Parts: sequence; structure tokens; C-alpha cells
Amino acid sequence: MIRSKSNRRFQILAHTVLIIFSLYIILPFILLFLSSVTEENTLLRNGYSFFPAKLSLESYRYIFQNAPLIFRAYGITIIVTLIGTFINIFLSVMVAYPLSLKNFPFRRTITFYLFFTMLFNGGLVPTYLMYSNFFHIKNTLFALIVPSFLMSAMNVLLIRTYIANSIPEALFEAAQVDGALETRIFFQIVLPLSKPILVTMGLFSGLAYWNDWTNGLYYITDSKLYSIQNLLNKMITDIQVLTTDANIAAQAGSEIAKIPAVGIRMAIAVVAMLPVMVLFPFMQKYFQKGIALGAVKG
Amino acid sequence: MKRWLPLFLMMAPGLIYIFINNYIPMFGLVIAFKKVNFQDGILGSPWVGFSNFKFLFTTEDAYVITRNTILYNVLFITLNTVLGIMLAIFICDIAAERMRKFYQSTVLLPYLMSIVIISYIVYAFLATENGMINNSILPLLGKEPVSWYSTAGAWPLILTLVNIWKGLGYGCLIYISSINGIDREYFEAAGLDGASKWQQIRYITLPALVPSVITLTLLSVGKIFYSDFGLFYQVPLDSGSIYSTTNVIDTYVYRGLLKLGNIGMSSAAGFYQSLVGFVLVLGANLIVRRVSKENALF
Repeated sequence: MIRSKSNRRFQILAHTVLIIFSLYIILPFILLFLSSVTEENTLLRNGYSFFPAKLSLESYRYIFQNAPLIFRAYGITIIVTLIGTFINIFLSVMVAYPLSLKNFPFRRTITFYLFFTMLFNGGLVPTYLMYSNFFHIKNTLFALIVPSFLMSAMNVLLIRTYIANSIPEALFEAAQVDGALETRIFFQIVLPLSKPILVTMGLFSGLAYWNDWTNGLYYITDSKLYSIQNLLNKMITDIQVLTTDANIAAQAGSEIAKIPAVGIRMAIAVVAMLPVMVLFPFMQKYFQKGIALGAVKG
Repeated sequence: MKRWLPLFLMMAPGLIYIFINNYIPMFGLVIAFKKVNFQDGILGSPWVGFSNFKFLFTTEDAYVITRNTILYNVLFITLNTVLGIMLAIFICDIAAERMRKFYQSTVLLPYLMSIVIISYIVYAFLATENGMINNSILPLLGKEPVSWYSTAGAWPLILTLVNIWKGLGYGCLIYISSINGIDREYFEAAGLDGASKWQQIRYITLPALVPSVITLTLLSVGKIFYSDFGLFYQVPLDSGSIYSTTNVIDTYVYRGLLKLGNIGMSSAAGFYQSLVGFVLVLGANLIVRRVSKENALF
């Protein structure tokens, strides 16, 4: 590459702009983290600050010792994410594989059937009334798994395209001639060979479940079934939700009075985003790929 | 046909899910023409023609939510496009590979955060009692604390800043992948001919980005009647005194349905959103197809 004066000036400008923007993105995370490790009285006096006068881990200690509701919510988020993502991947690839075969009958009709859902939707009101009045999923674990996130037409179409472009159809036909059952072809050829796209789509689905708070907002009123996002959502305006459960109140006893209310909010937020942060370096390649393809969350 | 039967069975669960999750609610849109009461059930409730719509459009709300939804979207689309392209060009031209990777990861990070976590970060800045701005910034400027969650005038700026923080990475990554798709030889040849960095951007990079800009913009225009529910509901903490600048169609529908129990208004607003949204998607796609056929949705 030719190094010229204008080129060097350009590099300096680019770095300057990008560093400013990186700070814009990173500083809020730092404020969140610092707030979670600031001592409660300091928080009450000075507010959330980039320069906390006194640090303390009491918020985290409180979470680990006195807040079973938080652990419960965390567990529910993990279960929902694992089950939801697993079902999502299976449902999607089971629809995508037949659609990838050139001679599959009704291929265009079924593709349109999926595609149309990307253009038109019924919106919240009918969806809510259907799930709560016909399927009665309010206050069940199904409410966190089934609505909206179990399958996305867009991701099915992306998986279909991947299979059609990267697995030669002759492979399926050869297996067919050898007398292999469709189930065997599916498990022994389709699944292993489409692993890259399934991992990518699985991450998008997993992220959607981990971050989802809408299903809980619509369908869950029982605090025992809160996901971590729903607990956070309730806590921001009402920290007492941590102690509303009678059992927990009894367990926690006199500790209730001492909730480090200002700091603990931020500590729980940090705990909720921790897995995403920790996995981020490993996953970002897949996310970048997925976004370039047009994958969507959910 | 015998060959295909197992494949149809394989597809069935996914297709049934789409029917339930997406198609039934589409038919459910008709409840906008009913006066729903739970004694008669949803299907048995009496038809009332357009009266729900008449009520909706005689209120001030219909105007406010339409205006807010459209104006915010126009603002977000413009900023995300301009800033996204600018950052993408800068990132792609960073010579130091490690820094380039760092910037690329940084812009992606907020996209992976749940809106609930984001609302906590915003709260750390804006809380009236403990917020960073009221405690650390305003006193420095000699100003009185501001009650941000009841100051309607501040929210267009706040929501825009939050939206850039969260949403810029997605568009930026798409532009980065289009820039990486440009043949390097163009730049090398231009460099040999003495073209400056700016000339290369002006005459090679930007023209090459035009198709993706047009497609992304028109697709966003197709979604201009929809907003990020979490951004407008969770980030302002559902604060009633700032609805004039934070209420959008999605939040209006949700509040009508689950907070106020006004199914009539809510379903009318939902119907209005679905219908206009559908027309806009079709229109936007028609234009994309004229401009660059391969980028059209259909």
C-alpha cells in the first residue's frame, strides 16, 4: 500500500473518530459496572459515578446470600434459553431441508407461506388473546418459550439457502438409492453438513431467548416464573419485588430492611449480562457472519 | 410421492407452529371490528363495524402515536445510515489489524444487550436522586438537578442517543461486509493514479455502497410504522408524564391491551399498524425491485 501524507492524515482522522465512538459505547458499560461495586452509602451520597469514592462488593454478597429469587430467575432464563434454542434449531432445519430440494412438491407454495409472515402480522392484540384465552399459557413456562421465538421464517429461509448451496443434492440422492431412510439422511448428512449455519442461527435464537423480556411482560405475573430480564424489569421501579414472595421474606428475615437497593440493581444487571459478555469473544465471528447474511433474532 | 411423505411429516411441526403463531393472529385482526367481552368469548362478541376506529381517530392519541412513530423512525434511519457508512468506511481503512478488529467488536457489543439492561444503564445516567448526570455533571455546570423521567422535551434526544448506541453496529457491519466485497484492485489502481483517500471514497466506496444503502433504507421505510417496543417502553420506564414524546403505536397498543384493558382501541390501533405496515412493505419492495432487483425481498 502506498503511504502518502494524505493517507496518514486519513488514518489519524479515522482513529480519532473511532476512538471517540468506542468510548461512547464502552463508557456506559463502565458506569454500570462501577455502580455495581460502589459502596451503598457512597451511592446514596454521590449517585452513580465514574469516580466512586469507596468500593464494596456488598451488592454481590447480597445477591449470593439473600436473594433466592434472583437465582431462580437466572435458572429459568437458562432453562428457557436451552430448551427454546434446541427446539428452534430442530424445527427450522426440519422445514429448511425439504425446501432445499429442487424437486420437492409445493416448494414454492410453502416458501411463500413462510415468507408472507415477514410481510404481514396480526400484532400483539390477537396474539395475546389467542395465547392467553385459547392456549392458557399465562403463568406457565410455555409462555416464555412458545410465543414469537420458536421459529423465524427468515432464519428458515437462510438455512434452506445454505443447504441448497453447500450440500450437493446428489449426496441425498445417492443415499436414497442406497436405501437410506429419510430420517437417516437427515441425521447423518443434513445435520452434520449444515453445522456452520445451524450454530450461527442457534446463537441468534439463544440470544433472543436470553434477552427476551416481552413474553414475560405479557404472560407472566407470578414472580416465581420470572426470567432474569423480567425480574430486572420489575426491580427497576420496585426493588421490594425481591422480598414480595412470602417464603423468601421469611428466609431473609431481618435482612430485608438492609437491601442495598441502589447498588444491587446494577449488580443484578451486570450478572444478567455476564454470560453474553463472557461468550462474546467466541461468538462475535458468528454474529458478524449472521448479520451479513441477514439473520434476525428470534 | 411416497418419497416425500416422511419429509412432509418432518416439516409439519414447524409449519403448524407458523400457522398458530403467525396466521391465526392475522385472522384475529378482525376483533378490531368487534366489541370484545369475555362472557360471549372473543368469537361470539358482537360486531360493531368501525366504531373502535372512530373512537381511536377522534382522540389526540392517534395523531401523537403516528407522528412519534414516523418521526423517530425517519430520524433513526437517517442517522444510522449516515453514521453507519461513515464508521464502516473508517473501520475498513484502518491499517492496524488489531485496532480494526477491536473497533469492529466494539460496535457490535451493544447490539447483543437486552433492552432491559440498557434501561438500567440509562437509569444510572438519568435517575433523579442517584443519577450520574444530576450528581456529577449538572453541579459542575452550576445547574439544578433535572427530573429526566418527567421532562418530555429531553426524550427525543435521549432516545436517539440510545438508539445510536444500540443499533448502529448492525447497519455498520452490513456496510463493512459490502465494502469488503469491493475488488481491492480498484483502490490499488486509483492509488497508483494518484487518487487521494477522499477521492477513492467518493468515487469507489460510496458508489459501491449505493445498492445496500437503498435496500436497507427501503426495508426500514417498510417498517416505519413499527418501533422497538423496548426502547420506547422500557427505557423511559413507562413514565406517564412523558408520553407526549415517548408514546408510539407499539407502546399504545400494549398499554391499551394490558394496562387499561381497552381492547377496542388497542385492537383498532393494532389493525391500523398491521395494515399500513403491510402496504408500506409492499410499496418499499416494489421500489427496491425497480432499483436493484437482486436486493428485493420478492
